Amino acid sequence: MAGANNTNGAQGVFGSSIRRREDPELITGQAKYTDDLQLSGMVYCTILRSPYAHARIRSIDASQAEALDGVLGVFTAKDIEESGIPGAIPVGWLLPDMKIPEHYMLVKDTTRYVGDGVAIVVAEDQYTAHDALELIWVDYDPLDGVADPHKATVEGAPLVHEEAPGNIAFDWEIGDQEKTDAAFANAAHIASLDIVNNRLIPNAMEPRAALADYNSITGELILYMTTQNPHIHRLLMSLASLGLPEHKIRVIAPEVGGGFGSKIHHYADEALSAWASMQVGRPVKWTATRTETYLTDAHGRDHVTHGELALDAEGRFIGLRVDTYAAMGAYLSTFAPAVPTYLYGTLMSGEYDLPAIYCHVYGVFTHTVPVDAYRGAGRPEATFVVERLVDEAARVSGIDPAEIRRRNFIAPDNFPYATQVALEYDSGNYAGTLDKALATIGYDDFRKEQAAARERGQHLGIGLSAYIEACGLAPSAVVGSLGAQAGQWESAVVRVHATGKVTVYSGCSGHGQGHETTFAQIVASALGVPYEDIDVIEGDSGVMPHGWGTYGSRSAATGGSAIASAAQKVVDKARTIAAHLLEASEEDLAFEDGQFFVKGSPDQTQSLPDVALQAYLAHNLPKGIEPALEATSFYDPANFVFPFGTHIAIVEICSRTGHVTLQRYLAVDDVGNVINPMIVDGQVHGGIAQGVGQSLYETAVYDESANLLSGTMLDYAVPKAHFLPSFETDRTVTPCPHNPLGVKGVGEAGTIASPAAVVNAVVDALSPFGVTHIDMPVTPEKVWNAMHS
Amino acid sequence: MGISIELEINGASVSKEVEPRLLLAYFLREELGLTGTKIGCDTSQCGSCTILLDGQAVKSCTVLAVQADGGSVTTIEGLANGEYHPMQQAFWDNHGLQCGYCTPGMIISCIDLLNTNPQPSEEEIRHGLEGNLCRCTGYHNIVRAVQAAAETMNG
Repeated sequence: MAGANNTNGAQGVFGSSIRRREDPELITGQAKYTDDLQLSGMVYCTILRSPYAHARIRSIDASQAEALDGVLGVFTAKDIEESGIPGAIPVGWLLPDMKIPEHYMLVKDTTRYVGDGVAIVVAEDQYTAHDALELIWVDYDPLDGVADPHKATVEGAPLVHEEAPGNIAFDWEIGDQEKTDAAFANAAHIASLDIVNNRLIPNAMEPRAALADYNSITGELILYMTTQNPHIHRLLMSLASLGLPEHKIRVIAPEVGGGFGSKIHHYADEALSAWASMQVGRPVKWTATRTETYLTDAHGRDHVTHGELALDAEGRFIGLRVDTYAAMGAYLSTFAPAVPTYLYGTLMSGEYDLPAIYCHVYGVFTHTVPVDAYRGAGRPEATFVVERLVDEAARVSGIDPAEIRRRNFIAPDNFPYATQVALEYDSGNYAGTLDKALATIGYDDFRKEQAAARERGQHLGIGLSAYIEACGLAPSAVVGSLGAQAGQWESAVVRVHATGKVTVYSGCSGHGQGHETTFAQIVASALGVPYEDIDVIEGDSGVMPHGWGTYGSRSAATGGSAIASAAQKVVDKARTIAAHLLEASEEDLAFEDGQFFVKGSPDQTQSLPDVALQAYLAHNLPKGIEPALEATSFYDPANFVFPFGTHIAIVEICSRTGHVTLQRYLAVDDVGNVINPMIVDGQVHGGIAQGVGQSLYETAVYDESANLLSGTMLDYAVPKAHFLPSFETDRTVTPCPHNPLGVKGVGEAGTIASPAAVVNAVVDALSPFGVTHIDMPVTPEKVWNAMHS
Repeated sequence: MGISIELEINGASVSKEVEPRLLLAYFLREELGLTGTKIGCDTSQCGSCTILLDGQAVKSCTVLAVQADGGSVTTIEGLANGEYHPMQQAFWDNHGLQCGYCTPGMIISCIDLLNTNPQPSEEEIRHGLEGNLCRCTGYHNIVRAVQAAAETMNG
């Protein structure tokens, strides 16, 4: 078979488009995902879910299910309570005065969304476990439900939790209301929009799954599961759900088939599988059906917002005011409170020098699947508000959309820039990506083409989105002061073996991002060791030091920096040993391509493998130096990283059907230094696809009784290949000034930027019809109605 | 209650007794340990379970194991023969996958696509893949991979 790439050893590895070393197992079907694993004696768990959004349970009769051949047991909340475990599903981000209702592993007496877990079955085989669900008789007393986050706050709306009047989970604000109101009082123009940010369902292609193996003799639990962060799951399993000591739980992420946020969160289902294994004394596997993933994977977005942007007579932004109702769903999911607050309100300055901002957010309980971080998490919602308002501001002031952005950008010499909403942007050159994007797309020519097309009755539109995002949340102390019940540093171990081969352990946990490749590229460059001699291991709480996982575009910036930092410690120690072996002083040594030598005397060298062997033999080490050659780093970043860019969409609208065709999509991003351009482009492509999905196709639909109508892939439009064009990508490079690699994040940029670009293009195309806004997803029906109203 | 079936899987002959309701996807995964074939949905939308049955791409979650009796099945595990199938190679070379979960079904569908249309346009490729969902790549590099494989396979 085709072998590994010729990477020319360590030379130029950082920054090159090396093919991924993950792929051979994946393209041959050899990689093992959680549901692919089989353990001896394994049995299957299925979960009975509420068919009602809101109902009181009068009684549960499981006798017929229990009598079915092959069923080992049927369990309810009562059984969990009697087992004496804590049984809780906690929230991991606390806001002041937030209502935190009890969330138990199974419903005790009241169901609060369609999909809420009522009972579990454990059976010898999968088919029997599903059959048994049909034989559990639950007597429900259905109650009224509410799904819309704004309607849920209206007086008389059904309450999700008695302890949260008006269904308000929290009432949060950021910025300066008085100053902002004063700015609006002096405005020459005001742009104003009512915006619904549609609810999304993540749809990682691999459904969530767990395989729990509890050993009652040793008290140890091995839990294979679909996770983006094994240590967070271990921590919450121990503290809140199972009550097992943390060191007796080992969480392993086998191959994980995408996450997009949905596999960050701590759900009941994996905890139930583990508890079931403790009850029946056998390994227990649970695998969600796709319908279950729709009914239980935390959804994303779901905001109702009123936003206003104030301008002076020269078209300069002088104030931004935003009021949002953000759905939390039926319970507070793991990091849900952070998403519409510190990941949303803090991004309201966009790329702009905005002197006054005020953002107010109600977090609202609804009878729906809990809402939590989904690719972008708060930042797509903020970018959509800002970039739609900027286009509306361009319209009301009569200034070209590109020009109004340029006029209001934070200037390149104005960094670091403290926004009015708590962030300090460290670097940026916003006009750089805008200019590049305008030139590539041919903006001026397009405007001429558009005018000519309009003469012919053809409707073309162009939309800009000049986005910034804050990712790689940091530093831990700041994040903690904002309510996080987690740190946001990352761990790495770089272990050079006696033969000079290297194993790297990272606390990140990739699920499609290609870490095994890119992290090895970092180490190859740092140590001067051939890329092929470096292995990267992630995703096993029993093997690597505590880490916080992969989400929020943090892996390169935080995990990569931890690796770079550990590699530097290795080089420092190796330098001491090499100086001793070369009988020279450390200061006189050069280190190039993995070789130590006295500056000016490159003939006599000690290679890193030479040094490693001596470090392990320990026969001749300098005084005070410990044997072996490895280093651990716990890297806590100094700040967020701030990728930015300009995305441009061009659409054509069919005047007969209202169908929107995305003709071109261009992304010019600045993600700092790039470790592997091919992988970065891939992340941008995927991100754009999900953002285009939100803007044109996808939406979770609930009816008036809070039933999920879009509960299968038949009813929810995950984009297909022919829904999308090929994408054009380009970059500028403004390195991050505060981390050792100069890297930023790229996983979410496309999803953050693209909804505004697409909708701005649609509104631009429809401007001759007097259309000033259209809600996502921009379906033909909505467009047709907008054209004919 | 079992029904005896006999079929060829990746070139080897297999005889088993199966429940009449057992789906081919579960038969491959659970009974034969061929877990390269994935299950990503329950409504035959995602295409992760696509295999070749008698040379044609089918969604194995929509075929009963007993319906495959007497047939010839190729799964992702059966594609490489000493070296990667050109489509596998093209997916690797063009970064046509990220999480890899849709990949086995996607590769099989792409092979079927080129079997019926050896030189498809980009539009034909995109429409040809409407039975397979990918959430990671935005399909951009999958299209590139199919174009590259078409060149190899025609060349």
